[in-house]
Amino acid sequence: MSTLVGLAVVGPLLAAALGLAVARWPRVRDMVTLLGLAGTTAAAAALLISVRADGALVVRVGGWSPDLGIVLVADLFAVLILVVATATILVVEIFSIGQRGTAAGADPSIVGPVLLVLTSGVSLAILTGDLFTLFVAFELILVSSYVLLTHQGRRGQVRSGMTYVVINLLASTLFLLGIAFVYASMGTVNFAGIAEQIPNLDNGTRLGIGMWFLIVFGTKAAMFPLFSWLPDSYPTAPTTVTAVFAGLLTKIGVYVLIRFQTTLGMDDLGPVILAAAGVTMLVGVAGALAQDDVKRILSFHVVSQIGYMLMGLGLFSVAGVAGAVLFLVHQIPVKTVMFLVGGLIEDDQGSSSLSRVGGLAARRPLMAMLFALPALSLAGIPPFSGFVAKLALIDAGVAGGSVAIVVVSLVASALTLLSMSKIWLGAFWRTPTPPADPPSPGSARRTMTLATSTAVAGTITIAALAGPLWEMSEDIARDLLDGSTYIDQVNAEPGSADVDPVPVDAVNDTESVEGAGS
Amino acid sequence: MSAALIASVAALVGAGVFLVTSRSLSRIVLGFALLGHAAVLSLLASGGRSGAPPIADNGEPVISDPLPQAFSLTAIVIAFGLTLFVLALARRQQVLTGDDLVEDDIEDRRIAAVASGKAHAYDADVATPTNAETDTIDPESEVGS
Repeated sequence: MSTLVGLAVVGPLLAAALGLAVARWPRVRDMVTLLGLAGTTAAAAALLISVRADGALVVRVGGWSPDLGIVLVADLFAVLILVVATATILVVEIFSIGQRGTAAGADPSIVGPVLLVLTSGVSLAILTGDLFTLFVAFELILVSSYVLLTHQGRRGQVRSGMTYVVINLLASTLFLLGIAFVYASMGTVNFAGIAEQIPNLDNGTRLGIGMWFLIVFGTKAAMFPLFSWLPDSYPTAPTTVTAVFAGLLTKIGVYVLIRFQTTLGMDDLGPVILAAAGVTMLVGVAGALAQDDVKRILSFHVVSQIGYMLMGLGLFSVAGVAGAVLFLVHQIPVKTVMFLVGGLIEDDQGSSSLSRVGGLAARRPLMAMLFALPALSLAGIPPFSGFVAKLALIDAGVAGGSVAIVVVSLVASALTLLSMSKIWLGAFWRTPTPPADPPSPGSARRTMTLATSTAVAGTITIAALAGPLWEMSEDIARDLLDGSTYIDQVNAEPGSADVDPVPVDAVNDTESVEGAGS
Repeated sequence: MSAALIASVAALVGAGVFLVTSRSLSRIVLGFALLGHAAVLSLLASGGRSGAPPIADNGEPVISDPLPQAFSLTAIVIAFGLTLFVLALARRQQVLTGDDLVEDDIEDRRIAAVASGKAHAYDADVATPTNAETDTIDPESEVGS
């Protein structure tokens, strides 16, 4: 099983290399990328089953001790998000293979392999047990996202790519400086080590580091007031790329934020996070209401929904963090599928601007249904997954006595519904508009619709599995807020034979450095 | 950690932030180079006092902490690759528009103009001149024409 942990990171990278090597034969390349992503998803699913049954898996890469080397920690939180994330990328890749035959399609020889590199980065960011490897994982994700965003080299993409790259480079530099602060004050960058050092740390230093990383990860997660790069850059990319970005990139930011802030025990930052969460929800949804283009409306909703996850984290209670985890699981596929439907609209009408499309409900009833189901879920209408996740968060907010944030979240929910009805009225009702000329080939449309339907089915499955998922989320939240389980898991001596044997030289290195480092 | 190191980090961050807030991408690249150096220097400073080179079994009683050096090397390599990418992006922008300035979001300006009731005044005032030959695809540039 431990092998699978490493494979989830290295596998997609190898598949990406293979995909580039066989780029000349499109069918072989598509098979390689699909198999690579399917294999990663399968490995993640196997890990989820194993971790749920037998507890977390810790892999010490190269057999180094956790304070010197890289550790990969597959605990329940990590593998749960890993399964959802890899399955989502797989669906998007299927959509992208369909989209190839159409006018809006991205360059096929690049998107597949780069998506695999992105998957590897996502796996590493989720599984890593130390801050510096997290930095490397973020860079892996970001570099692939830069390429995905700008590879067509169109004017709008280069323009938005500049903003996107500059903001993310700045956040990465702040991240590096933050790592220096952590290492200077605690002498380790390992999450378990940091958690152990926290009680010895001066309170001001702890708060400073917490705030610093709130800004770093908040930029990645598009938290208010650090969100303005997102609605600017996402809509310009090809649909498949936007779908992956919207579904995954900001959510990885939230995942890391939840993990790191609970590791630091930043309960005293709770009010700051709650305030940011409330403004994020309102600003995001207000921005969405002002927009006219489907992809831009959805991009603002990405921002708005981030607020809900931050709200759960800001409460710093088991119910709150569990709500945030459940919301994260619901949000990744729902957000992706909304953008895929946006891509279907664009493909059918040649535009995704609400003033240029209309009457789709009569012409394409299946597409209307594929939009309606996740839209209702996003707005939090029962019985969809969004309702379950929002109910959990609001319940936690009331129990925690934070009535203000509960009211704000309900208002934002109502406005989300309003914004979704705006898309519905604009694109699906009204007088039908002529379809794009020439229309896309039927086979391309069928593949895209199939991928979108699969993703919609996935979101409904999440609603159906809400009970077990909620139990899992509660377990995850308890472990996150307690912290001692994580420390024990990482520091436990490796007993599994799957771990590489420690080379004799490495042992000597470790001893001499430990003796001298203090 | 010496005062000189801290002063260098402060100076590099100051100059870097000044350059990054510029609108020209080539200046932004220079700014990031400086900010990257600042980050690497602070990583080195976080390793504490310097000692002998961290080589195993060389008989020295006190060796430098090798971990921040490993961090720095990784960060330098990543920064190098990203600098090249941003330069390529600047070059592409120059090919498209004749300059490497970061532009405004046109759709955003349009929405703002609609909101303030000046939808028709927009094109003449805000639109940047476009190079029609290289800009065949972007629908945003056709708005209002």
